This record gives sequence, structure tokens and C-alpha cells, in this order.
Amino acid sequence: MSWILILEQSLNGLQFGLMLFLLAAGLTLVFGIMDMINLAHGSLYMLGAFIASTFVQATGSFTLGVLLAIPATAVVGMLLEMSVLRTLYARDHLSQVLATFALILIINEVTRLVWGSDAALPGPAALSGPVELLPGLRYPAYRLLIIGVGLAVAVLLYLLVTKTRVGMLVRAGASNREMALAMGVNIKTLFTLVFGVGAALCAVAGAMLAPLFAVQVGMGENILILAFVVIVIGGIGSIRGALVGAVLVGVVDTIGRAFLPILLGAFFQPRVASAAGPALASVMIYLIMAVVLYFRPQGLFPARG
Amino acid sequence: MLELKGVSKRFGGVVATDNVSLQVAEGEVHALIGPNGAGKTTLIAQISGSLPTDSGEISFLGNPITKAKQYERVRAGLARSYQITSIFRRFSVLDNLALAVQARSGSSFSFWRPVAAEAALFEEARSIAGEVGLAEKVHSLAATLAHGEQRALELGLALATRPKLVLLDEPMAGMGPEESARIIELVGRVRAKLTVLLVEHDMDAVFRLADRISVLVNGRIIASGKPEAIRADAEVRRAYLGDEVAA
Amino acid sequence: MKRTALALALLIAFPLAMLAIDHLFYVSFASRVLIYAIAATSLNLVLGYGGMISFGHAAFVGAGAYVASIAIAEGVTSAWIGWPAAILASALLAWVIGAISLRTRGVYFIMITLAFAQMMFYLVNSMKAYGGDEGLTLPQRATLGFGLNLGNEVVFYYVVLSILAALLYALHRLVHSRFGRVMVAIRENEARVEAIGFPVYRYQLACFVIAGAAGGLAGALLASHGKYVNPNVLHWVQSGTLMIMVILGGLGHLWGGVIGAVALLVLEHAIADYPIPWLAQVAPNYQQHANLGVGLVLLGIVLFAPQGIAGLLSRKRHA
Repeated sequence: MSWILILEQSLNGLQFGLMLFLLAAGLTLVFGIMDMINLAHGSLYMLGAFIASTFVQATGSFTLGVLLAIPATAVVGMLLEMSVLRTLYARDHLSQVLATFALILIINEVTRLVWGSDAALPGPAALSGPVELLPGLRYPAYRLLIIGVGLAVAVLLYLLVTKTRVGMLVRAGASNREMALAMGVNIKTLFTLVFGVGAALCAVAGAMLAPLFAVQVGMGENILILAFVVIVIGGIGSIRGALVGAVLVGVVDTIGRAFLPILLGAFFQPRVASAAGPALASVMIYLIMAVVLYFRPQGLFPARG
Repeated sequence: MLELKGVSKRFGGVVATDNVSLQVAEGEVHALIGPNGAGKTTLIAQISGSLPTDSGEISFLGNPITKAKQYERVRAGLARSYQITSIFRRFSVLDNLALAVQARSGSSFSFWRPVAAEAALFEEARSIAGEVGLAEKVHSLAATLAHGEQRALELGLALATRPKLVLLDEPMAGMGPEESARIIELVGRVRAKLTVLLVEHDMDAVFRLADRISVLVNGRIIASGKPEAIRADAEVRRAYLGDEVAA
Repeated sequence: MKRTALALALLIAFPLAMLAIDHLFYVSFASRVLIYAIAATSLNLVLGYGGMISFGHAAFVGAGAYVASIAIAEGVTSAWIGWPAAILASALLAWVIGAISLRTRGVYFIMITLAFAQMMFYLVNSMKAYGGDEGLTLPQRATLGFGLNLGNEVVFYYVVLSILAALLYALHRLVHSRFGRVMVAIRENEARVEAIGFPVYRYQLACFVIAGAAGGLAGALLASHGKYVNPNVLHWVQSGTLMIMVILGGLGHLWGGVIGAVALLVLEHAIADYPIPWLAQVAPNYQQHANLGVGLVLLGIVLFAPQGIAGLLSRKRHA
């Protein structure tokens, strides 16, 4: 087990975690401000990837395709909000769960009808090779791009939320919605905007991860659960919590899968290690979630006091 | 009977309860008054156990209950009624009260026997309904009751747990003079059997019922004592009563 | 009472009718529907009566299915061992998951139950010894003894029907018992229940465990029925399907789980196996996109008829 391998896997974990953060940030804001549980968030991630694949094929450029997909997905998200989701704000959580679950089914099938069950989104050719970060450590250039984009978006989001007026309204809404309403904030527009931003973030994550994972119907559901775990750990309504939670989940999950079987092999017989290793690795993050919840049922950085 | 020592609670930057010390003697009606936003309901919530205190101690009947859960406090004899009516709207009046009686009469981890067969529960529920003036309405759905009747049910639920001390949080909230008089009369009847910590805005009721009064302003107790002393206290007049209070 | 008697009579007569017209396949299909009815009813307890939005119920059904399957795969074919083991395993799992999840509220609770269920999915998926993601095929159904051959579709159907009937009766007693009253009150106003002296957490946990155990039984029956089990039975989409059944049938109604399971599965089967000519002309592949219809129907119900079918029926009766 070399240091190179550990560094490499850590970078992979950071990369995955940052993309998870993009998903979790939008989700936690919707939960925190609108108090609405939106299972269809993963569908926006999926749509972002599919829409990006179309634009990339149409323009022949990865960058252009992804950049076009972002506002396109944001518009889809906002249309969804204005038509269906708006009516759910006042409803109870169960109705929200069922309605957004229904949306998943509908969006999945519509995607199948329009694109088929999967699509191709290859990464930019210029970044297909590795970069030598340290002597002996060669890391894929594209993954470095993902890390870069993730960090850039995180900084942008931080600035947006802490330094702008809109951001202040968002934070106020997340910590005390009634108060924000009472202060006369134009809730309808704010909500639509928040949703649009969330959808845009999903698109970035979906498009950036597409060359690494497959673009297929159902990809949203798998990552959605991880986003939930991130938010539960980080605390609902907190972007800082989403970042901490996402990086934690990303790193633990990646490193766990890579090294747990090896680690177990040092202590147990190979048969046990090869059976228990992958099983334990796959439940690592859920165990962490359970532990965090036991001590802090509101998560690490709850937005509401 | 009930003692608070140095109880404090803050929400973020706001100090809701500021080092409150208070004693409620057995058998008395102790009123807690103060302007809106003084933190009265927050204090009641901490005493009843639905809100944890940041610091300080609470003891009931000589036993510390600071860490006790709400249902444990209820079982020890400390009940509460709510300022904003909190009843079981889709149950009948009888079923509302029967549930409270059920809470203190044996285990409810019983999965087979129908509750309807337990006549004793419903008899007691009926008598409590009579106590709070809802004898005619026992089979009405709680949601269909008039406001005053719902407040009576609210009280009934607290009384049905047969407490030793009851926390009444603005029992007369939103009531007209006739209904208020009924509540005052009810508290008057009930005080013989139990101790009352009463939060109220209606000064008429307070001065009529209270043995002692404590005044809460901005989360702090600024005065505590007999009604005449409180009425005469300059600080209290300034902070709360206003100088035109009828002598 | 009359409706119940009628429903039971129809259910009892059904296989005999199918035998008469030589359509034995439908008896097997009906068994499957009834098993899902049991699963949906178990969810109805925790969701409809208890008001707990558990999005991970499939974990308990799946745990039961796997324990029962592993028993048979390892040679322990007696249902008298396998099925109680399944129930126990699911109850234990529900205890652990419930104990942690019920410390939270609102959206947290929903997400956590979802996450834990998915955790079980991944766990089971990585168990190579029992088929991993390919699943486990069983050599036979469980054995009951007493001359009852569960391999016979009609016998299996009546066994499942008896279990369903017993469960519905038990649910009926439960709802009207002390415990049931507390649960319904918690759903109505949780804070006040605690304020009159009930330890709410304990009651919710008990309800959660009972529902989980019943779900486990459904899982065991499911495994025997298809003689096959795979991790998908634990996937959260399955939890969603069960929820659809309950809301479709009627949340908090005794027959809600049954009605929902029948409605959804019969509808799915009808769409898949009986093409509608004019629809096929307009949308040639419509049968492969049945989920679109399910999604639209579900959305419609949530927005316009949240009481489900049972709710509509009882409203018609009072109207």
C-alpha cells in the first residue's frame, strides 16, 4: 500500500465529494427554505447529463455543450417548480414524497422516449491523458478539471450566499422561513430562483461526471441517496454542512472501497476479507450517518437553531 | 412543590430565559405575568419538559427533574395546558379525555382488547368532561367545538392526567367575558385539590385567583410576592402594569 | 361487515373458478397479488395508522425474503422454521433501524429510512455467497407438512389467503386496542400525546417493529412463491411501489393495502399483456412505458384524490 495509491484515492474521493456537494447544496436549500422533500432532484442531475450529451454532440465541443446544458437544465427545473412543485409547498411531507416519486417515474420514461435508455458523453480529448502532480503520482487531467470546477463552484456559491443580498435572503429563509415571509420577501420568485440554481448545480455535476460514469436512465436515483446522506450528516439548510458532509462521504466511500478489503485482509483470513470487505465498504457511509445522528440528530451544522 | 434555580435558555443570540429562580408552594395559585415576548411560554415549556434548559435546575416534589423527559414529569404529577389549543381534533371530546385517563391507568402496550370495552376509562372521562363544563358535548368531534369549548377541553386534558401541579398557559386566551368567568370559576374549584402555576394576561383573573405573583420581563423575574405588593411595586408598574391600573 | 364478507367470499371462490376454466396461471398471479397485499398492509400500519413516513419498508420485506431463502438454500426447508426466522430477522432489523431513525423528525426521518434501506440493498448485493446481484434461485418452496404441498398453486393460494385474513383481523383488533388509539393520536398530535404522559418514542418503535415483522413474513412468502430472490426486492424503488399501493388503496383504511395491491398489480398486468389497439397505433411502444402511466396516476391521486380508492368508496357511502 503505497503513499501514491493513498493520495490517488484521496483525490478521487475529493473529486467525487465535490460533485456530491453540487447536488447536496441545491437539495439542502430546497429542504431548508421550502421545507419540501424533493425526490426528483436526482432526475435533474440525470437530465443535465442527457441534455449535455445532446449539446456536446450538436456543437462538437465538450466545453460549449456543458455550458449550454447548465441554463437549459435550470430552465427545466424552474418550469417544473412553477408547474407542479409549487403546489406541493403547502402539502404534507408524505404528499411531497409521493408526488416527487411520481415525477421520477414520469421523467425517467420521458427521457427514455426522447433519448433512449442511455446516451454517450465522452470527455474532452485534450484532457484524456494524465498529469504528473508529484514524482511518481500521475493523475488523470480530466479528474483534476472536475476538482477545479467543483472548488470554483463552491467558492462562487459561498460568495453568492454570504456576500449578496439574494444570498442573505436565502440564508434568512433557511433559518426561519416564517420570519422571512413576515419581512415581505417575495417568496415565489425566491423559491423559483433557488430551484433554478439547484437545477443548474445538478447539471454541472451530471455533465462533469458523465464521462466517468455512464449516462443512463436511473442514474439519478443512486446518487440521490448519497446526497440525502450528505445532507443528513451536514445538517438541513446548511451549505457549509453540505460541503463538509459531501467531502466526508466522498472520501470515506472511495477510500473505504479501495482499502477496506486490504485492511481486513491483514487481520482476517482471505475468504472472510474478500466476502466482508466489499460488504463493509458499501455500508461505511451509512454507519457514519448513523453515528453522527446518534450524537447530533440535527446534523453537524443545522441551519435552524 | 416546584422549584427553579438559575434556569436559563438562549436561542442563538436571544436570551429567552435569564437566570430564573422561582418557587411554587404546595396548594397555592401562583401567577406568572409579564408583557408579550417576556418568555413566559418558553419558561413553561422548560418546566414541562418539552424544551431542554441550557443551565439551571428544576425540582418537583423535592426530586430533580431537570433531565427528566416530558412524559416522566407528567407521570410524576406535573401537567400542562397550552396557550395555542392543542387537542385531538378528529377525536370526540370523550375520546380525547379517555386517552389522557388511559395514559395513567395501566400499560397501553395492549394490542388485542378493544378500548371500547373499558367502561372505567370512559366513566372517568365523562366525569372530567362534567368538571370542565362539556358534559353535553361528550360525543362531539373536538374540531366542531366552539373556541371556548375547545379551551375547556384543553384544560380538561391537562386535568385528566390527575396532576399534583398544573401549568396553565393563558387558559383564557381569546375568550369573551362569559367564558372567562367560567374558567376563573373552574380554577377556583380546582385549586382545592391541586397546585396551579398560571400564566395569564387577564389582570382581573390574576388578582382574583393568585396567592402569589411573579413578574417576568425580558426573561428575568423582576418581582415576586403577594398581589398587593406586586400591584404597588414601582418597577412592575413601569414595566408592565402601567400607572393607570385600578387599585 | 357485509362488504368484508363479500370480499372474502370472492377471494375464497377465486381459485375454484380459475380451476373450472382451466386458467391455473391466474391462481399463481393472485397469490403474488395477495402477498403484496400483505406487504402493503404492513406498510399501511406504520404509514397510514402510525403516520411515520418510512421510505425503507422494502428493507424489511427483503430481509424476510432473504432469510427465508437462505434457510431453504441451506437445506432447512420447513416453513415452521424458515418463516418465523424471517419474521424475527425483519423485526430485529426494524428495531435497529427504527431506534436510530425515530430519534429524528420530518424530512430527516424520511431520508434516513431511505438511506438505511439502500444500505441493506448494497449489503445484500455484495453477499456473493448468496448470489450477489444475480440473486438466489431456490430448489423448492418451503414445506408445511400436514399433507399441505406448497408446490400446488391452489394450496399455496389458500395458505397465503389465510395469512392475509389473519393479519387483517389482527390489524383490526390492533387499531381498536389501547395501543392503536395511542398510535392514531400520535398521528393526530404527537406533542400532546407526550404531554399527557405517553413515551411517544417507544410506541412508534413498537409500531415500526410490528410492521417490519409483518413485512418480513410477506418477504418469506414472496421468496417461496417465485422460488427466487434478488437484491432488487430491497431497492428503494420497491419501497416506493409499496407506498403507491397504500396511497392508491387508502391510507389508514383497513383494506387500503389490499385494494392498492390488487389495483396496481392488476393494472400493470393488464397493460403489459393486453395491448389496446388504438393506443398501440398512436404510441407503438406504450407497453414498455407503463411507468409513465403509473407516475401520472400517482401524481393525480396525490394532487386530487389523496384519500385513495377506499376513501372515495367511503365518501360515496356517506354522501
